[in-house]
Amino acid sequence: MRKQLYNVGAILKGLSITFKFMFAKRPTIEYPSVKKQHAPRFHGLHELRRYADGKERCIGCELCSSACPANAITVIGAENTPESRKSPGERHAARYEIDELRCIFCGMCEEACPTDAIVLTPRFEMADYRRGSFIYAKDRLLVPPEAGVGTPPDERPNGIPADLGRVAEVKSTIDITAGYGATHRGEILKTQRRGLAG
Amino acid sequence: MNVPDWIIILIKSAILLLVVVTTFAYAMLAERKVLGWMQLRPGPNRVGPWGLMQPAADAAKLILKEDLTPKTADPLIYRLAPFISLLTAFSVYAIIPFGADASGAWAIGNVNAGILLLMAITSIGVYGISLGGWASGSKYPLLGSVRATAQMISYELGMSLSFIGVLILAGTTSLDGIVNAQVHQWFIVPQILGFLIYIITAVAETNRVPFDLVEAETELVAGFHTEYSGLRFGLFFIAEYVNMLTVSCIATLLFLGGWNAPFGLTMIPGVVWFIVKISFFMFFYMWLRATLPRFRYDRLMAFGWKVLLPLATLNLVVTAIIVALKG
Repeated sequence: MRKQLYNVGAILKGLSITFKFMFAKRPTIEYPSVKKQHAPRFHGLHELRRYADGKERCIGCELCSSACPANAITVIGAENTPESRKSPGERHAARYEIDELRCIFCGMCEEACPTDAIVLTPRFEMADYRRGSFIYAKDRLLVPPEAGVGTPPDERPNGIPADLGRVAEVKSTIDITAGYGATHRGEILKTQRRGLAG
Repeated sequence: MNVPDWIIILIKSAILLLVVVTTFAYAMLAERKVLGWMQLRPGPNRVGPWGLMQPAADAAKLILKEDLTPKTADPLIYRLAPFISLLTAFSVYAIIPFGADASGAWAIGNVNAGILLLMAITSIGVYGISLGGWASGSKYPLLGSVRATAQMISYELGMSLSFIGVLILAGTTSLDGIVNAQVHQWFIVPQILGFLIYIITAVAETNRVPFDLVEAETELVAGFHTEYSGLRFGLFFIAEYVNMLTVSCIATLLFLGGWNAPFGLTMIPGVVWFIVKISFFMFFYMWLRATLPRFRYDRLMAFGWKVLLPLATLNLVVTAIIVALKG
C-alpha cells in the first residue's frame, strides 16, 4: 500500500516537472530566419581576395593545392603579360577551382598561402541539387571588384557576416574564448611565417 | 413557417459535425504544441502563422497518400473497420448536451436514458479497432486488436461502476438531469474516488498514453493500424481524438457539473464553462502523454482487475449505503 502511494507521488512529481518545462526557455534556434553565432574563425566557404587596386592576390603558386589534405584544390597558373596584368607578380591563376564536396574546411590552404589570397569565410550555406555545382571556380570564389578586397584572415568579423541575416540571441555552445585562442594561434603562425619570409 | 423536425435535426447534426471535426483538427495541433513545449521544442510553427494551418496540411497529406490493402487482409472488414470507429465516435454527439436554456438542454436528441446509450455506443467503438487489427491479416495488428479487446473489457467494468455512483446520487440517467442535479454541488466532491477511477479508465478506453498498448509503437510497430495508410488511417486518427473529446465531455457532465458555473460566476454563459472544462481534460491527456511511459501489459490488466474494479465496487457500495441511510 505504501509503495502504491509512493507511486502516486512519483506520478504527481513527473506531472509537475513536465508542466514546469512547458514554460521553460526553449533552446531552439529557428534556423532559416535566425542564425547561430559562430566562433570568430569559423571555417566556411573560401574566398579569393584582391589588393586595393583591384589586382588579384593569387599568384598561381599552387602551394594551397599541395597543402590541401583532401586534394580539393586545382590551380593552373599562367604568366602575366604586359597587356593583361591580373596580379602584381609574374604569374596569376588562370584557373582556380575548389571542389567544396571534397574540402574538409581545415584551413591549410589559408595557412599555406604566401599572399593571403585564399581565405575561409564564415559562410556555410552552400546546399545545392547537383554535385557539379559544388565545384567553385574563380567566378564564384573571387571577390567581385565592387565588393572590396575581401576580409583578411586576422580581421575576421565575429561570426556571421551582416548580409547573412539575423543572428540568434543565444550564447554559442562553442566556447567563444576557444575561438579567440585560435585567432591568437593564427597570429603566432603569421609572425613565424613573416620571420621565415624576412 | 413550419419546418419539419427532421430538417432541424439534420442542420443541427451538420453544424455539430463541423464543430467536432474542427475541434479534432485543433486538438491535434494543440497536442503537438503542448508535447513540443513540454519537450522544450516549439512544436509545429511552419504552416501558417503559429502553425495554425497545420491541420489542413496534414489532412491534404493524408488524402493524397496511397490507400493500401494488404494481400492477406479480409478486404471488406478491413475497409469497414475505420468507419465503425469513426461512426461510433461521432454518433455519441447526438445525445451529448453542451448547455441549457429555458427551453431545455442543447443537444440534438435528449434521451432520458442518455448515459446508458452513451456507454452502449462508446463500447461499440472497440469493434472498429478489434476488427481492423484482425482483418489486416498481419501479426502486429492482430496483437494490437487482441490487446484492445482485453483492455476494453477490463476497463469498461471499472468505468461503468464509477458511473453508477453518480447515477445513484442524481437519481436519473438522462444527461441533462445529471447536470441539473449538480447545480449546488458538483459530483466530484462526493464522488472523488469515482472521478479518479473514471479519469484513469477513460485514458485506457481511448488508448492513450500510458495505456496505449493497442498502438504501442515501441513493441507493435503501430498496433492495430499498422497496415492502414492514407485516409483510412486518418479515420482511426480522427476517431481517437473524437473519443478523447467524448470522454472529456462525459467527465465534465458527470463529475464537473457540466455547464454549471463554479463559484456563482453565472454571468459567463454555461457553454463557455463547458468548453473550459473539456479543454482542461484534453490538456490533461496531453500532459499525461508527455509525462508517463507506457504500462507493461500484465500490470495494466492487474491494475484494472485488482485495483480499479474493487475500488469502484467499494465506491458504489459506500455511495449506495449513504444514499439509502439519508433516505
